[in-house]
Amino acid sequence: MKDRILHAIEKNSKIEIKDLAKMLGATEDEVAACIAEMEADRVICGYPVLINWDKAEHENVTALIEVKVTPQRGQGFDKIAERIYKYDEVEAVYLMSGGFDLTVVIRGKSMREVATFVSGHLAPMEYVLSTATHFVLKKYKEHGIPLENVTEEERMLITP
Amino acid sequence: MRNPLADKVTKIKPSGIRKFFDIVSEMKDAISLGVGEPDFETPWHIREEGIYSLEKGKTHYTSNSGLKELREEIVRYLERRFNLSYDPVAETLVTVGGSEAIDIALRAMLNPGDEVIIPQPCYVSYLPCTVLADGAPVFIDLKAENEFRLTAKELEDAITPKTKVLILPFPNNPTGAVMTRSDLEAIAKVIEKHDIFVLSDEIYSELTYCGDHVSIASLPGMRERTVVINGFSKSYAMTGWRLGYACGPKEIISQMTKIHQFAIMCAPSTSQFAAVEAVKNGDADVARMRESYDNRRRFVVSTLRGMGLDCFEPLGAFYAFPCIKQFGMTSDEFATKLLQEEKLAVVPGTAFGDCGEGFLRISYAYSLEKLKVALGRLEDFTARLKS
Repeated sequence: MKDRILHAIEKNSKIEIKDLAKMLGATEDEVAACIAEMEADRVICGYPVLINWDKAEHENVTALIEVKVTPQRGQGFDKIAERIYKYDEVEAVYLMSGGFDLTVVIRGKSMREVATFVSGHLAPMEYVLSTATHFVLKKYKEHGIPLENVTEEERMLITP
Repeated sequence: MRNPLADKVTKIKPSGIRKFFDIVSEMKDAISLGVGEPDFETPWHIREEGIYSLEKGKTHYTSNSGLKELREEIVRYLERRFNLSYDPVAETLVTVGGSEAIDIALRAMLNPGDEVIIPQPCYVSYLPCTVLADGAPVFIDLKAENEFRLTAKELEDAITPKTKVLILPFPNNPTGAVMTRSDLEAIAKVIEKHDIFVLSDEIYSELTYCGDHVSIASLPGMRERTVVINGFSKSYAMTGWRLGYACGPKEIISQMTKIHQFAIMCAPSTSQFAAVEAVKNGDADVARMRESYDNRRRFVVSTLRGMGLDCFEPLGAFYAFPCIKQFGMTSDEFATKLLQEEKLAVVPGTAFGDCGEGFLRISYAYSLEKLKVALGRLEDFTARLKS
């Protein structure tokens, strides 16, 4: 049931409990309880909205930063990752395999703001060895949803 | 001037769906629950293989029976999913959709006057294809109280010394009925006793919601008297690619291949290359789409019942088949009025045979948002009729 709920809401968190209950053949109470449990367990961590900021009036820039760090004794990468993700500007932090250690995704109002963050906060941080900043030029798809080019219904109205 | 037309053809009634479609297409702002095809696009990895084949210049005829690699993959798939075993060379034929397979199977098997048993309500092509192949259609009216399954008794009663073929259309369009293993075992006895053949249209075999589909050809004694028809349209959302296949005993498939060779030459090669990818690497897509249909199926049935419509639980395909007899209108009247007053198109049950009278086919191959809007209109309509 949990799995089926997650699949059903993954791309549409606005779906109403009563509809979800019908879809899953369960009662509303059962579904609500199951969701509450997953929220408590942090399986479900939030219900954000997918926004194409390029189309919104509000300008902003996103950067993806490759960060090399020195892991700390006893804490590995977790402590340093936490020090980074606590900044509000930081959208995402991932521990990576390969040539660098952390991917940090930053959103700022302007390139200057991002640059200030990197040079002022991120790069000087203890245990951070180096950073490489890549600015995002255009977003095509996020959360499994293409941001543009929604295809129109092309089926005929009635077919056998 | 002489009449240029063949009586056999002119006597065939146009499909009930066609008539309704003409009315619907006049109405520009109508919404519909009348579509008999998936709302998903073909998964990209499948489309990409089709594109790649074009880029590589693979634009020629394939062998009449279809690409060898595709036939081999089909055979592997049937074994893995439905426990069927066929020879990819002599017992497998790739066709232009399941529709072509139905047509040429009947043409290959029927002599003039041979009777073909067609359980109704069912897909619209069995009857005309039977007539065009000089067969005589004999209908069995499937009953709502049997959940639209075919019973051994019904089959037994319909068989005459002239019966040659039984068409077995499950999972069923339009009712959503499925046949369980024990249902099939019961009719298999009758089939064997009367020495008839089966044309098993299993195009919706991947869309079952209560256990896996069972093919009648997997039952003892049935393989040698069954032609299994399946295809890519419903399972992989590939309707427009027009690709299906037939598997069966060598002597039938070889004669079908003869007709196919002269009428069609071969199925479109681009579609065949894409289909190799589908059948090889498409299981996860099928599972994903099945889960989504299953959610919508429950939603639709529960909503229909919630508005007081009698609706048996469909366990296959992507249709619900609610009963509207309580309103004292024919299916045609109901559907027409619904279209005029609410601008919602559904298909009258009678488009699938006379015994579909009193029912509607409602497709749930639509997004939840669309289903909610459309079912809201249906609910308003039925509430008005009741008041």
